[in-house]
Amino acid sequence: MNDALDVALRLLVVFVVFLTFPLIVGQTEHKVMAHMQGRLGPMYAGGFHGWAQLVADGVKFAQKEDVVPTGADRRIFQLAPAVALLPYLLVLLAIPIGPGEGAVGEAVDAGIFFVLAVMGVGVLGSLMAGWASANKFSLLGGLRTAAQLLAYELPMLLTAASVAMAAGTVSLPGIVGAFEWWWLPWQIVGAIVFFVAGLAELQRPPFDMPVADSEIIFGAYTEYTGLRFALFLLAEYAGIIVLCGLTTVLFLGGWHGPWGADGLGWVWTLLKTALLAFVVIWLRVTYPRMREDQLQKFSWTLLVPLSLAQIALTGIVKVVIS
Amino acid sequence: MSLAAATAATARATTAAAQSHGFLSPTGVEIAFLLVGLVTFGAALVTVTTKQLVHAALWLVVTLGGLAVEYLLLTAEFIAWVQVLIYVGSVVVLLLFGLMLTKAPIGRSPDADSGNRWAALVVAVAAAAALVWVVVDAFRTTWVDLGGAPAGSTEVTGASLFQSWVLPFEALSVLLLAALVGAIVLSRKAKADAAPTPSARTVPGARNVPNGRSDKEGTR
Repeated sequence: MNDALDVALRLLVVFVVFLTFPLIVGQTEHKVMAHMQGRLGPMYAGGFHGWAQLVADGVKFAQKEDVVPTGADRRIFQLAPAVALLPYLLVLLAIPIGPGEGAVGEAVDAGIFFVLAVMGVGVLGSLMAGWASANKFSLLGGLRTAAQLLAYELPMLLTAASVAMAAGTVSLPGIVGAFEWWWLPWQIVGAIVFFVAGLAELQRPPFDMPVADSEIIFGAYTEYTGLRFALFLLAEYAGIIVLCGLTTVLFLGGWHGPWGADGLGWVWTLLKTALLAFVVIWLRVTYPRMREDQLQKFSWTLLVPLSLAQIALTGIVKVVIS
Repeated sequence: MSLAAATAATARATTAAAQSHGFLSPTGVEIAFLLVGLVTFGAALVTVTTKQLVHAALWLVVTLGGLAVEYLLLTAEFIAWVQVLIYVGSVVVLLLFGLMLTKAPIGRSPDADSGNRWAALVVAVAAAAALVWVVVDAFRTTWVDLGGAPAGSTEVTGASLFQSWVLPFEALSVLLLAALVGAIVLSRKAKADAAPTPSARTVPGARNVPNGRSDKEGTR
C-alpha cells in the first residue's frame, strides 16, 4: 500500500512539473525576448507584469474550434499531438534532480538509452502531423523534420556515449554521482555539441527550418487549431525543459555545486536548468534561421567530427587516469 | 572467476524456476508476455496487409514497440531501449522520410500490391519456420528467472557481449563498415560517370534535351 502511494505521489509530482515548468519557460521567453528587443512584453493579463498571459492563451486555445481538414487522414491527424507530447512526459520521469532514490521519478538502469530513445519517438508526432494534414507546406515541414532528426541524432548519441564512458555507467543518477569538477573542461566540447544537437532536434531557432513560419507557415502544424495546436506548443516547451535538464545532468554535474548543504542539491539542478533555458531563449533572439543545406552541413561536417574527437579524447584520458 | 560463479548461480536459479511451475500455471508476466505478443503479431499482420502505405509504416512502429515491450518483460532492459532507439527512432523515421519523397498518397493505393505476394508468403513462412526451429532447438531447456537479478541489464549484456561474443561482434562491425564504404564508393562512382556528359552534349546534332535532364537527375 505504501509503495503504491509512493509511486502515485512521484507520478503526480512529475505530472505537475510537466504542466507548470513549460509555462514558466514560455512566460520567461515572452518577457526576455521583449526586453532584449526593447519592448515590455505582456503587461496586462493577471495584473503584475502580465504573469497570467499564458493561462489566458490556454483558455483561448481551449475555446477555439478543433478543425480537421477534409482531405486529411483523420485518425492520424488527431493522434499526432499526443505522440509528440507524451514522450517528453516519460523522459521527465527518468531525470534525477537530487541525490538518492527520492529525487528521481523512476531510476532506469539504462537511463541514457531510455531518454534518447523516447525523445526520438516524439519526432514521429511531427512526421505524422506533416503527412496526415494533406497540405504541401505540412509535408515539406515533415520532410525537413525527418532530415533534421537523422542528421542530429548521431552527434547527440555520440556525445552522450562519451559521458557514459567517462562515468562508466549509463544510468543517469550514476553519471551525476560520478561527476567531478574537472569533467567540465574535459567534456566541454561534448556538452556544446549535445546542447546544439538537442536544440536542432527540438526545432528551436536557429534550427527552426522545419517550422519556418515566414516560409512554410509553421510546417507540420499548419493545419492544426485549438487544443491540438496548443499541445504541439506544449511539447516544444516541455522539450526545452527536458533538453536543459539532460544537459545539466550529463555535463554540468546536476546536483553538485561549489557550495551548499547536502539537502539543497535540487536547487543547483533547477538553477542550472533555468540558466540553460535562458540560453535557449537568448539564442532564439540572437541568431537568424539557418538554411536547410547549412543545417545539414553544420551537423555532418562539424558536429559529428567534433563528437568523434570528444569520444577519442574521453577514451585517451580514461585510459591514462585508470 | 566471479563470472563463472554467477552463471552457475543463474543456471541453478533457472532450473529451480523451471521446476517451480509448469506450462499450465502461468504467472502474470507470462500472461502479459502472451498478450503483448498477440498485439505485436496482429500489428505485424496489418503492416503487411494494409493498403495504405504510411499506415503500414506506422503499424510497423507498433510492431517494433511491441517487441521492445517483450524484451522489457524478459528483463532485457538494455536491448529494449536500443530497439526503440534504432528501429522506432531511426529506421522508421528514415522509412517515413523515403515515403514522403514519393507521392505518399492519403488513402488506399490499389497498385501497392505486388504480383509476387504468394512467393513472398512462402519465403516469409519458410524463414519464420527456420528461425523458430533454430531458437526452440537451441533454447528449449533455458529458463529466464524473472524473479531474480535482471538477466539482461546493461552490465550483464555488456560483459557477455565483450567476453563471450566479442568475435561475432567485431565481425558485424567489419560488415557494417564494409557496407558504409560500399555506399560511399557507389555514390561517388555515379558522380564520376555523370561528370563527362556536358562535354558529350556539345557534339553537333546531338540535341536531346530529355536525355540531358535525366543525366542531371543521375548526378543527384
